[in-house]
Amino acid sequence: MSALRRRKAGNVFMLGLTYVAAVLATLPLLFILFHLLQKGASTLTPDFFTNMPRPVGEAGGGMSNAIVGTLILIAIAAAIGLPVGIGAGLYLAEKRGGALAMTVRYLSDVLNGLPSIVLGIFAWQFLVRPFGNFSALAGGIALGAMMIPLVTRTTEEMIRLVPNSLREAALALGYPRWRTSMSVILRTALPGIVTGALVAVARIAGETAPLLFTAFGNQFWSTTLDEPIAALPLQIFAYAISPYDEWHKQAWAGALVLIVIVLIISLAARHATRARFGSAAD
Amino acid sequence: MVIKAPQEEAAREPCLTTRELSAYFGRSRVVSNVSIDFQDREVTAIIGPSGCGKSTLLRCLNRMHETLPGATTTGTVRLDGTDIYAPGADPIAVRRHVGMVFQRPTPFPTMSIRDNVAAGLKILGRGAPRGREAEGIVERALRHAGLWEEVKDRLDESAIALSGGQQQRLCIARALAIRPRVILLDEPTASLDPLSAQKVEELVYQLKQDIAVVIVTHNMQQAARVSDRTAFLLMGDLVEAAPTNTLFTAPSDPRTEAYITGRFG
Amino acid sequence: MGDAIASSGTSGGFARGRRVASLAGAAPGDRVYRVVITAFALMIPALLLLIAVAIGVAAWPALSAAGLSFITSSEWNVQAGKFGAAPAIYGTLVSSFIALVLATPLALGVAIFLSEIAPKWLRQPVAFLVDLLAAIPSVVYGLWGIFFLVPMLRDHVVPFFRDTLHLGNTPLFSGPAYGPSMLAAGVILAIMALPYISAVTREVLIAVPRSQRDAALALGATKWEMIWDAVIPYARSGIIGGVILGLGRALGETMAVTMVIGNRPEISASLLAPGYTMASLIANEFTEATSDLHLSALMAVGAVLFVITLIVNGMARWLVWRVASGPKS
Repeated sequence: MSALRRRKAGNVFMLGLTYVAAVLATLPLLFILFHLLQKGASTLTPDFFTNMPRPVGEAGGGMSNAIVGTLILIAIAAAIGLPVGIGAGLYLAEKRGGALAMTVRYLSDVLNGLPSIVLGIFAWQFLVRPFGNFSALAGGIALGAMMIPLVTRTTEEMIRLVPNSLREAALALGYPRWRTSMSVILRTALPGIVTGALVAVARIAGETAPLLFTAFGNQFWSTTLDEPIAALPLQIFAYAISPYDEWHKQAWAGALVLIVIVLIISLAARHATRARFGSAAD
Repeated sequence: MVIKAPQEEAAREPCLTTRELSAYFGRSRVVSNVSIDFQDREVTAIIGPSGCGKSTLLRCLNRMHETLPGATTTGTVRLDGTDIYAPGADPIAVRRHVGMVFQRPTPFPTMSIRDNVAAGLKILGRGAPRGREAEGIVERALRHAGLWEEVKDRLDESAIALSGGQQQRLCIARALAIRPRVILLDEPTASLDPLSAQKVEELVYQLKQDIAVVIVTHNMQQAARVSDRTAFLLMGDLVEAAPTNTLFTAPSDPRTEAYITGRFG
Repeated sequence: MGDAIASSGTSGGFARGRRVASLAGAAPGDRVYRVVITAFALMIPALLLLIAVAIGVAAWPALSAAGLSFITSSEWNVQAGKFGAAPAIYGTLVSSFIALVLATPLALGVAIFLSEIAPKWLRQPVAFLVDLLAAIPSVVYGLWGIFFLVPMLRDHVVPFFRDTLHLGNTPLFSGPAYGPSMLAAGVILAIMALPYISAVTREVLIAVPRSQRDAALALGATKWEMIWDAVIPYARSGIIGGVILGLGRALGETMAVTMVIGNRPEISASLLAPGYTMASLIANEFTEATSDLHLSALMAVGAVLFVITLIVNGMARWLVWRVASGPKS
């Protein structure tokens, strides 16, 4: 009887511990969000979005250049990551077990596991060193390379969810294969692929390491692709490690903006998935 | 083995013929040396126990078989005398002349009812019918499939909102819209309730006024009801092909008799 | 298409097919399509090859000059042209190890909570909050680390270990506690690795068949005994795979670590001493590197990091794949 009681007590204790684990695991997020709001919100005036960074000692100032820079970098990355990722995903979904497909699938996972700083030094070696200057393009390409495996993976998964009967129906109507892929399969899988693309964008939007030696950052207004460009994460980093209180405040406000951007994209991604294709896809 | 056409049909020319047609998955042969004629404006039923290769045979007739991994064919299939497996023949062109409807309804879920019917037209590029002409084709295809009255007020709604039977007739309309020479039906009523199945059967009867119909079915009553000729397939071999009445009342092969009297299958 | 099939559909029997004259097709579309998607797919191996070659070539001068001492020597002296990456390699491994020690039990607990225990209405929100940890940018973790985590560890956690638990005399907690430290890096990495580990663990736990659970319960096991003796063993290699995947993330993490580890190329037994990691070494020195040898040495650090993550991720994938294909009984 006492053995049973001991076992029951152990049961309650261990199950209780998992509750503790759940609380502990959600605490950091709540802390981070709380601190971001507490320290960032007061600096977050409309000026922050429209003004340029100010030198030390001058109050106010904003990150308009960094916000625009981040958007430009995301655009370049998407212009590279989306077509390559979707194309490669189509290939993998069509070839499935082929030797080349297996290799590409494996290497795509390898690329996904690569530390982002390694992509940064790679992009520097190819796109900065030969030209002698940092550039938005180099940063965008580094981020685009990060997106490729993410988009490839979700594209393949989503296409595999499209029932094969739809592919057959299109082929039997006299659709060429490319047309079948574009107007039937890709279109049916689109909500899932949009989700994957948004998740990938959310992930690269806050990346800093690949930009350190490529986009480099810029205190001035620049939207030129072959010049260094400002980016929110770079600006946050520079301000965070500076010794000035005024800049620390700016860093918190920048971080708040960055996280809001990332959260909006993440929520949009969830919403896109909810609109998954209907009942014919069984 | 070439199945001789009965005397009264000798004058009519078959629109689709196979000679020594075999189909393989990798090295295993699932259809063996089938030679059979399909007449214009007739319904030909292909029956046989499951796994006998009847669906594969059907898929050889519009070159769908080869879309599966490792699938190959030998022999010839002639459509109005033109070999569809000749080196110059394009499978896409073949499939536009030989339409197909599958066991489960396959409406394109992202398209409206109208766009589903027009799906085969849109890919014609510059030659694609537009505007009122396209509207006309959609309407006639739907009328032909007996679906027009049911859907004419909701052509822009999603096709997956239709019932299973309606979806299947929509797929038939979609196949008809590109005006095929032959239409292949692969167990088209297997996933439908009896009432919907009956409507499709009635539709099959209508279709043969204009084109050749080949229907694969595991339901012998259905074959007896809708077809003019029936072919019996067993383990990839064509055992017997004859006018439906003859095949069901006086089969010439003991295996056919065994099957239709329910001794196996 | 030889005859425009659909264009003259206005007269006569609508669906009546006319005799087929030609089956010739002129569709180069499929060939183009195949070439295009194959080309996109080939970009992935090409990119990886390019990365490996570029970094390998750039790293070669430093690696050949230093030889094996590149990874064994602790002397990283830019002025003297001496490049020993041992402190950075040590720091990378130790900070990641701390992260796993902290994150694994927590992630396992959350995953068990979410897959076995939590009431239905609580699962979605808690899973969402934990998953959201993975969406927070590294630089935001770093910012939070500098201004909240590091002071909190220094002012509350370290005194607790030293004074309350009397661990101040052990090597692990010796020396002055300035704040930025190996411990801070480990803690922040633990938070960052947590969502990855718990997501994989949750997935493999959910994949454990109902029959395993029923069998344990039928033997009179308590719920916890069922989880611990039936569910966890069944999912073990998948869980280990998830942990190693988290390790892969931690090893390559750059910004957050750079901001809280203190960036000093020394090996110290104390968790309170500053340290360095390979990624933060590159991040800090790369733009300031002027000599070719220094640049090459940083590239070599990148190459070592590349190889380590390659091995770690390979292991993780193999383990997850093994559990996905079912346990060999």
